[in-house]
Amino acid sequence: MDRPPVVALNEVSKSFGAVRALSGVSLQLLPGEAHALLGENGAGKSTLIKTLAGVHRPDAGQVLVDGSSRRFSGPADALAAGIAIIYQEPTLFGDLSVAENVFMGRQPLGFGRRIDVASMHARTAELFSRLGVRLDPARPARGLSIADQQLVEIAKALSFDARVIVMDEPTAALSAHEVQRLFGVVRALRDQDAAVLFVSHRLDEVFALCQRATVLRDGEFVWSGELSGETPDSLVRRMVGRELSQLFPKQDTAAGEVLLSVQRLTREGVFTDVSFDVRAGEIVALSGLVGAGRSEVARAVFGIDRPDGGSVHVRGRKLKYGSPTAAMAAGIGFVPEDRRQQGLVMDASIERNTALASLSRLSTFGLLRRSSERALAQDWAVKLRLKFARLSDPVGVLSGGNQQKVVLAKWLARKPSVLIVDEPTRGIDVGTKAEVHRLLSELAGQGVAVLMISSELPEVLGMADRVLVMHEGRLVEELSRDEATEERVALAAAGQVAR
Amino acid sequence: MTAATAVATRGTAARRLSNRVGRVRELGIVVALALVVIPTAIVNPRFIQPQSLRDLLLNASIVALLAVGQTLVVVTRNVDLSVGSVLGLSAFLTAQQFADHPGTPLLAGIGFGVVVGLACGLLNGLLVALGNVPSLVVTLGTLYVFRGIDYALAQGRQVNAANLPDALLDLGSSRILGIPILVLVTVVVIAVAAVYLRSYRSGRELYAIGSNPEAATLAGIPVAKRTLTTFVLSGLIAGLAGALWVARYGTVDAAAGTGLELQVVAAVVVGGVAIFGGSGTVAGAALGALLLGTITSCLVVLQIPAFWQQAIAGALLLSAITVDRLLALRLAKALRKTEGTSHA
Repeated sequence: MDRPPVVALNEVSKSFGAVRALSGVSLQLLPGEAHALLGENGAGKSTLIKTLAGVHRPDAGQVLVDGSSRRFSGPADALAAGIAIIYQEPTLFGDLSVAENVFMGRQPLGFGRRIDVASMHARTAELFSRLGVRLDPARPARGLSIADQQLVEIAKALSFDARVIVMDEPTAALSAHEVQRLFGVVRALRDQDAAVLFVSHRLDEVFALCQRATVLRDGEFVWSGELSGETPDSLVRRMVGRELSQLFPKQDTAAGEVLLSVQRLTREGVFTDVSFDVRAGEIVALSGLVGAGRSEVARAVFGIDRPDGGSVHVRGRKLKYGSPTAAMAAGIGFVPEDRRQQGLVMDASIERNTALASLSRLSTFGLLRRSSERALAQDWAVKLRLKFARLSDPVGVLSGGNQQKVVLAKWLARKPSVLIVDEPTRGIDVGTKAEVHRLLSELAGQGVAVLMISSELPEVLGMADRVLVMHEGRLVEELSRDEATEERVALAAAGQVAR
Repeated sequence: MTAATAVATRGTAARRLSNRVGRVRELGIVVALALVVIPTAIVNPRFIQPQSLRDLLLNASIVALLAVGQTLVVVTRNVDLSVGSVLGLSAFLTAQQFADHPGTPLLAGIGFGVVVGLACGLLNGLLVALGNVPSLVVTLGTLYVFRGIDYALAQGRQVNAANLPDALLDLGSSRILGIPILVLVTVVVIAVAAVYLRSYRSGRELYAIGSNPEAATLAGIPVAKRTLTTFVLSGLIAGLAGALWVARYGTVDAAAGTGLELQVVAAVVVGGVAIFGGSGTVAGAALGALLLGTITSCLVVLQIPAFWQQAIAGALLLSAITVDRLLALRLAKALRKTEGTSHA
């Protein structure tokens, strides 16, 4: 006999204006079980999570806690019901200490209901040791990497012994090692009878962790059942409703002249003596664990951060230090890791965002022509098969995959000769991912030099002509496409290079 | 093992550095105070006589009091520009109450002023928290509304010290152990607010709201309720300051406290409270008020023309913001360097 669900959604519907985000979706979370929520971006996963979180109130249907219907009037109610949510985008307070972030609103109290800081720090340290990470509980949250921020969020969920833990893409920013740690903790929680709802685009993780899955497509319930009889292919078919072609289609292209040359680039305390070339038509992957300094190298090459030593040449001409303007003028495009914060102006329209890097070309005597902005955006929206309602909609309403297409369009509109992409497919659904891969491959075919940073090994191995591996701020290994295997890259990333 | 230890120590270094930056901020004000007081004292030794120092503290205490209320508001990423008008309205109504009803007990009269301020703060808070109107706009509006009510009620009259009870006037001038009572009241308010902001859950939630409003909502913090509370407290403190203003100056008309709000905001910023919320202390804000007040007094003692005094106060504000910015950049760089975890 099955045990009753801790939390269940019963025929829940939710609309935003004319857009139907969820229609009649049901879901049951059982104690001691990890449940995967699957679907492409825009399928309604986020809306479902926010309904569980008490952020959205359903238009129809019920949220059941222990079998009885509940109306959450806000996130506090959901928290009180024992539902902890780990959002995809970390929601930390940068000015406050890590420990306060973990215990906000639930700080341990001492004499006279005053916060007992020592005990708060001790308990935070204890949570971190359960997660196997070393973070000073007293340091401010500001300045933490995305992976570390994610770990703080996870510690927060652990801190109140939640009965239901919802994780929205918790592993997107984590390295393989951190993912294993996290899974260990999640399994332990599950064995202590917590219900886990796990959202991920990485199907291998889903199979490693979950017993049951629910698939959504376009806001509708598609399928729910045991994972034991399923394969990744069968799940993908349910998510997209069609067969997928091969995921990583990089074609071989003859490498041309060196377009980007980085020599002994150093930024103190971040990375040291990094040298590499990228040729026309090549895709070079920069691999390594989170925190190895990959994104930091990319930022320095593009001139966002000022290096302390070394040089960057584009087509043989030396770039000025610390100037993105100079990097852009030299033909570099940069698709950053964090598209919401760094890649896009979320409140601005699709056309504004697309045109953002091409403003001088689109204006006459310093005045921007609206019509040319629109024409440019229209052109690229078609080329990249962007899904949108109107070009004047804020880019924030698009799904993650479509947002990434807008970032790409912004740079492609400048016809770059060097394109740096940092985690180009993070948090993007399978279908769009394949499109992004095809696009990068096409660009390389057209003679663009592509430098790709990625934490996904299959992506690295499938797409890259060469793989550079970083470990603790240094380039430790260079592998050709034939040499690169999952094992060799992982070993080098862990600092185990046979010399 | 060595790598892990190194990371642990680096993390600790980050904490130490950020603590130190916080302390440097308050220490900086103390140093600045010394830098203005010492030269002035050399030019005019009478400047550091006890009576003169007492006046310094007395003059600063009303602005410092308002700065405490303002800090509560600014920490949540809001601002209360109406404090000068609230003080004026409370001062006039309190004075009128004492003058029209000679038998009013001292505490009841002061309490009346506090209630007036509380009502004003409640209006501000309701408009900001429930009406979702930016606080800058709301309090700019109520700045004029409260002052207008003040003028309408006063009808050009003023209340003189002769019509006020001696108990009230004594409060403004008497001392305990050589320290003026007004200063003691201010110190008590600062201490209570400091403990509240540092050690109580709802106090910490104010920082959380200012640091990341969206995350505060997701963390289940009652943002509207807390915001409302800060405006009520700011109004209440401004009401108290109004009653104390009567005690200190004795003569009150409808113009009392005009323009004070800008001094208060300046004191808060000089005192290291981030204008976009999330960080800062009431002690810093009060020190900021003391520094601004002291500079004004010094310039008077040094016989520098009045219009220079304003320019110098403005320059100080700009340099305070510059120092903050530089410290923030250094801290960000240091935090980045020490970023990262080690995985055993």
